[in-house]
Amino acid sequence: MTVSAQVPAPSQPVAAASPRPRWSEMSGLARREAIEGYLFLLPNIVAFFVFLAGPMLAAVYFAFTNYDLTWPPRFTFLENFQVMFTNDLFWQVFGQTFYWAFGMVPATIVLALGLALMINREMRGVLTYRLVYFIPHVTLSVAASIVWLWVYHPDVGFLNLLLGYVGIDGPQWLLNRRTAMPSLILMGWWKSVGFAMLIFLAGLQGIPAELYEAAVMDGANPRQRFWSITVPMLSPAIFFVMVTSIIGAFQGFDVFYLMTRGGPANVTTTMVLHIYNNGFLYLKMGFASAMAMVLFATIMIFTLGQWVYARNWVHGFAD
Amino acid sequence: MAVKQETLQPARKLEAVGQDGMSKSSAKRVGDLFTHLILAAGSIVMVGPFAWMLSSSFKTQYEIYKFPPTLIPESIQWINYLVVFEQTALGRYVGNSMFVSLSVTLGVLLTSSLAGYSFSRLHFPGRDKIFLMYLGTMMIPGAILLIPSFVLMRTFNWIDTYYALIVPGVVSAWGTFLMRQFMMSIPRELEDAAYIDGATRLRIYWTVILPVSKPVIATLAIFTFMGVWNELLWPVIILRSPEKFTLPMGLAKFQSRFPNRTPWHLIMAASTLSVLPILFLFMAGQKYYVQGIVTTGLKG
Repeated sequence: MTVSAQVPAPSQPVAAASPRPRWSEMSGLARREAIEGYLFLLPNIVAFFVFLAGPMLAAVYFAFTNYDLTWPPRFTFLENFQVMFTNDLFWQVFGQTFYWAFGMVPATIVLALGLALMINREMRGVLTYRLVYFIPHVTLSVAASIVWLWVYHPDVGFLNLLLGYVGIDGPQWLLNRRTAMPSLILMGWWKSVGFAMLIFLAGLQGIPAELYEAAVMDGANPRQRFWSITVPMLSPAIFFVMVTSIIGAFQGFDVFYLMTRGGPANVTTTMVLHIYNNGFLYLKMGFASAMAMVLFATIMIFTLGQWVYARNWVHGFAD
Repeated sequence: MAVKQETLQPARKLEAVGQDGMSKSSAKRVGDLFTHLILAAGSIVMVGPFAWMLSSSFKTQYEIYKFPPTLIPESIQWINYLVVFEQTALGRYVGNSMFVSLSVTLGVLLTSSLAGYSFSRLHFPGRDKIFLMYLGTMMIPGAILLIPSFVLMRTFNWIDTYYALIVPGVVSAWGTFLMRQFMMSIPRELEDAAYIDGATRLRIYWTVILPVSKPVIATLAIFTFMGVWNELLWPVIILRSPEKFTLPMGLAKFQSRFPNRTPWHLIMAASTLSVLPILFLFMAGQKYYVQGIVTTGLKG
């Protein structure tokens, strides 16, 4: 969930005393405490090695092999990457993943920020609004996809019915090469705006009122207050949403699998769906793993890039 | 710290600042009106699809295709819901999803609270370093583990079993983080008394720490349950037998069964049924859900 690795400084006496005793210098009681400390971590430690570290290493290994599940993996060095980088479909899919991620994330953030600012007003009904805008986020993606399949249905769909009223002959939405991805992105805004909004709302509540009071005294107008108080104070929340949303968007799968199966003509195939198809439909596990490596590298570059750049704009960004 | 039970009440008193009351309050009223208009219009977009789903689930197939469409069904067709239960194994899928989600949730609560207790209140060499490293694992995108995890499940002979859905899911770095943040703020005195009475650490964890950690347990339970309940990719890869399908898979299968003349009224009834449990859970635990988001997003 969180990508931040900063741990809030322990403020309580309990954790403040963080001794680093050597094993030989420890008393019997302290040793007992240490042993129990490790024991309580045991399920997590075991799972870390079995379900995370092990598979991670295996993923790297598979990427350099030819593996179809029936025969043991055969080491083929860089062949998978060679095939991948000379394959037009791969580059198309790679580009479409960016199209999806950058179609989704910035717009969602702007929309969510606007919503949060409106809902943060002191007025009636804000709790209801908060709930309403958040509901799509907690809905089963399958149910949401089914409803939206219908919204986008060319003949009986809700959207084209509405357009019909104003005399527009609506497009084929998900069945058309040009409109398929934008349609999914539009639905993506609907599904994810509530989550970002909730985080921004929490951030807005945390801005001390005195800052605004002081700004008003100094004669700052609302726009100045927004750019010089709200945005900087909210920047950690914006940063958090940006990083997690980009990571999530690069790994999008459900809507593509459920609504278009990557079509028409592969224009809505993104990386994870492509990995799924190659690995589990064509049983090209090695090739799919190589693709997963590329996805991993892409996500890492973006995350680290945002991290480095964060110094320039995120308020109080230390570390 | 994670413990503060701040709810998101709009409490900012910006308007009261430094200007004369009369003109300000009428300006605020106009502003409120505009805000309401925009937010209400947006709300229609947000809940519109659901309203449409609900309304269609009560229509006849004939009425579905009627033009112009009706929002309120001409006659309420409860029978659609009966047909759904008869024609599909929806009840079974719900049961399967319930079993898997509850198992994972219980497991995560147990392992995360134990680890959180250890990281927050016990002292041992390397504690904070291990914690930081463990937090770092949250940055690993799950998609890259897909293939090796599948191969691992295959070597365990866990394909098409619930072990594959449950066992790898019962630990959570995020859950551990959440628990640790909360438990760090529990006063020492609380456990000291029990400790003097000769209670073991496991006993203190169970009788002292867990009872006061109820809010964070609720938060973690809701997040975990909803996450597993909604999961699609992993079950799709693991499960083969239709009678073991989880709800999202079963619903997807039901929807894809009709290539031509789609019985939208039945599909909408099935979708409505699948959305309801999670919606009730969210509404009941909204406070804890929001708390989880606040802890992660702002204090992480």
